[in-house]
Amino acid sequence: MILDGKCPTGPLADKWDNHRQNLKLVNPANKRKYKVIVVGTGLAGASAAATLGELGYRVDAFCYQDSPRRAHSIAAQGGINAAKNYQNDGDSIFRLFFDTIKGGDFRAREANVYRLAQISNAIIDQCVAQGVPFARDYAGYLENRSFGGAQVSRTFFARGQTGQQLLLGAYQALSRQVAAGSVTVFPRTEMLDLVLVDGQAKGITVRDLVSGEISCHAADAVVLATGGYVNVFNLSTNAMGCSVTAAWRAHKKGAFFANPCFTQIHPTCIPVTGDHQSKLTLMSESLRNDGRIWVPKKAGDKRRPQDIPENERDYYLERKYPSFGNLAPRDIASRAAKEVCDAGYGVGPGGRGVYLDFGDSIERLGEDTIRARYGNLFEMYERITDENAYQQPMRIYPAPHYSMGGLWVDYNLQSNIEGLFVLGEANFSDHGANRLGASALMQGLADGYFIIPYTIADYLARITPGQVDHTHEAFRQSRNEVTGQTEKLLAINGNKTVSEFHRELGHIMWEDVGMARSTEGLSDALQRIPALRQEFWQNVCIPGSGQQLNQELEKAGRVADFLEFGELLARDALQREESCGGHFRTEHQTPDGEALRNDADFAYVAAWQYKGADHKPELHKEPLTFENVELAVRSYK
Amino acid sequence: MDLTLHVWRQKGPEDKGRLATYKATDISEDMSFLEMLDVVNEGLIKQGIEPIAFDHDCREGICGTCSQVINGDAHGPQAKTTVCQLHMRQFKDGDEIYIEPWRSRAFPVVRDLVVDRRSMDRVMQAGGYVSVSTGGVPDANAILIPKVDADTAMDAAECIGCGACVAACPNGSAMLFVAAKVGQLAKLPQGRAEAAQRVCTMTDAMLREGFGNCSNHYDCEAACPKGISVKFIAQLNREYVMALPKRRKEKD
Repeated sequence: MILDGKCPTGPLADKWDNHRQNLKLVNPANKRKYKVIVVGTGLAGASAAATLGELGYRVDAFCYQDSPRRAHSIAAQGGINAAKNYQNDGDSIFRLFFDTIKGGDFRAREANVYRLAQISNAIIDQCVAQGVPFARDYAGYLENRSFGGAQVSRTFFARGQTGQQLLLGAYQALSRQVAAGSVTVFPRTEMLDLVLVDGQAKGITVRDLVSGEISCHAADAVVLATGGYVNVFNLSTNAMGCSVTAAWRAHKKGAFFANPCFTQIHPTCIPVTGDHQSKLTLMSESLRNDGRIWVPKKAGDKRRPQDIPENERDYYLERKYPSFGNLAPRDIASRAAKEVCDAGYGVGPGGRGVYLDFGDSIERLGEDTIRARYGNLFEMYERITDENAYQQPMRIYPAPHYSMGGLWVDYNLQSNIEGLFVLGEANFSDHGANRLGASALMQGLADGYFIIPYTIADYLARITPGQVDHTHEAFRQSRNEVTGQTEKLLAINGNKTVSEFHRELGHIMWEDVGMARSTEGLSDALQRIPALRQEFWQNVCIPGSGQQLNQELEKAGRVADFLEFGELLARDALQREESCGGHFRTEHQTPDGEALRNDADFAYVAAWQYKGADHKPELHKEPLTFENVELAVRSYK
Repeated sequence: MDLTLHVWRQKGPEDKGRLATYKATDISEDMSFLEMLDVVNEGLIKQGIEPIAFDHDCREGICGTCSQVINGDAHGPQAKTTVCQLHMRQFKDGDEIYIEPWRSRAFPVVRDLVVDRRSMDRVMQAGGYVSVSTGGVPDANAILIPKVDADTAMDAAECIGCGACVAACPNGSAMLFVAAKVGQLAKLPQGRAEAAQRVCTMTDAMLREGFGNCSNHYDCEAACPKGISVKFIAQLNREYVMALPKRRKEKD
């Protein structure tokens, strides 16, 4: 099947405006007759739930955390992009659009990305009006910085806690709607199934994580804003509870999963110290503005970094990419770090690390300036590693950070299932094969505040509200299935813990489906993942019962889904016979090791259809056409 | 290193609860405190014992989910550090460690170390926001905000809503939590319009939820992983006093 993204025709700059004029509206008096379910309360979910509540819809918002304020958007450090051009340095909507689509290695839709750039400015206005304390200069104007190698300063920030402040802004807007009675929040509640009636999304089945009760909720539309899936690698920068579960269960009900192989590995994280490691901590990319990355020229050099003289250090990014140097894009910096470590030049425990050295900057600018810029990051680094980065270089290593792939959606952010909308990191739509720094927050809030309120109305206006309630047969069936799976998991009573399986899966994914992928490795992973999954269903051990707070049971459900999803990720990576963005196939590279894109054969979105547990998924393609940009070969030399 | 843990175990809100003793062996000083508990839990599962339930999520000190009283200190011995960022090098071989949940009337125990903090959400719903809907707002640079005010607002806004201030306070007061939001929004022109109403409704909600009042112990500031200053409580009191006449007028 050839998929249609339903992008509006006409000039790029007018598409969204024209499209909005053609969308149907719901009469203000009728809005309260419609109920919308929003799953996830991060930037996309909270902003959507709050805005839909303000408009007069009845909204039920669900999150697995104990409060909507704790969704993992809160951990984003760097900032949020907008094309305000406050700095008069040549920024524009078109330039933000162009940078984003180029950064995504030309694997995203032009129309979506342009709309994102257009909306970016309204997001900043909205957040300031909510009381988000962005950084300001002495005259009281908003400050900007250049971020992630951008040639203009368009990033707005609130110290190193931009995600936190934006999320709290959305959470506060949500709280206001809870007080107004338009939104009901269900914390500590996990979505375990999507319910369809006559092919339309009409509700969800959830587990109350405190009582264990499994219940159904009916609505006129379902919005998933459930984040990304890089915890399939086990160790990542995501929160422990982040999972693919909501998206995967929707996929099993028919929603197409698009470009799962597009994952982003962030170059600057604190290296692993041992098997006990439970997560990886990101150090903001801004550190690369003043730090120089190097490894010893001699493999296996065990000297302390301060004892290695200048001429025995290999500043490999500066050497390979003289014009961008240490600011080379995330995928290039990550892969280069893995290469030097694979070749035996890595530093620190296990040789999985490279130095990020501030020595030159401290000499040039003084320790105080560096402290003012990165003090909180240096403190965090010292708390975790017990090393003082003012006196010796930091050790960093790449870690899975973000997933550009996700459920397939059209221009209206509606999946191929009518009435199922997908926002934020959970959808695949705007970042192509790689995401630029400070763009995730922009996309989450664009989707929630400014896109879904328009597009969902168009859907709701076409249906009769309240057609089914939770007593419908489809809900009874869904509840039985979910209850059955929970009982099945608890009955296995094997010898291995859920975490042991997650670690094994993560090892396979990281080695064979990580930064550098090959036919051989991917084929091997496609053998090993199903075998591990089979072992899981025979040998996992989950103590306790289903009628209580049972964190092992929660984890087991999520890992069970990762064990299925990991296979799809590997399959997608295998079919994409090119290298682009975060996806690097060793067979497809230039003689000097650069990613080799294949626009003739692979300028499409790969959308997978679930065909049952023992059947291969079916691949559908949405061709990507570019009318406003030229498909340039990326060069950061 | 090898440690002896005394951990609060409680099956549910109705259960009386007790301290159980477990050995934690072969613990690396590079582990975080929660990774140490992961290792202990893996051992318990292998022995057929239900693992210790504890709240945690981001494990990088920002989501505010983790919540344990360690040897009597909310978030443990290291200043300005959440439990997830506390590392085992703060302890030594042979140590005995007491681990308990947040204790406060407004935070009923759910299970073991997990407590119910929805009371804090309800306090926020009572006015911890600017009443602005999406759309129709002025350009972000239309209203200038002096840097010193923006910075002070950000100092307050760093609150992660973990509840350590409540757990540390002898009165179980959420005054620092409320003051952080009141202080942030009162410093900004966008929040000023509702400042008088906000300070009253949030304070009322705090007392209604069973949090105590402030009697200037300052244990909250000492426990706060973000180092939120008690000066915001002073500001809250000032805002409250200034709001009272206005409120009486409205009631008339």
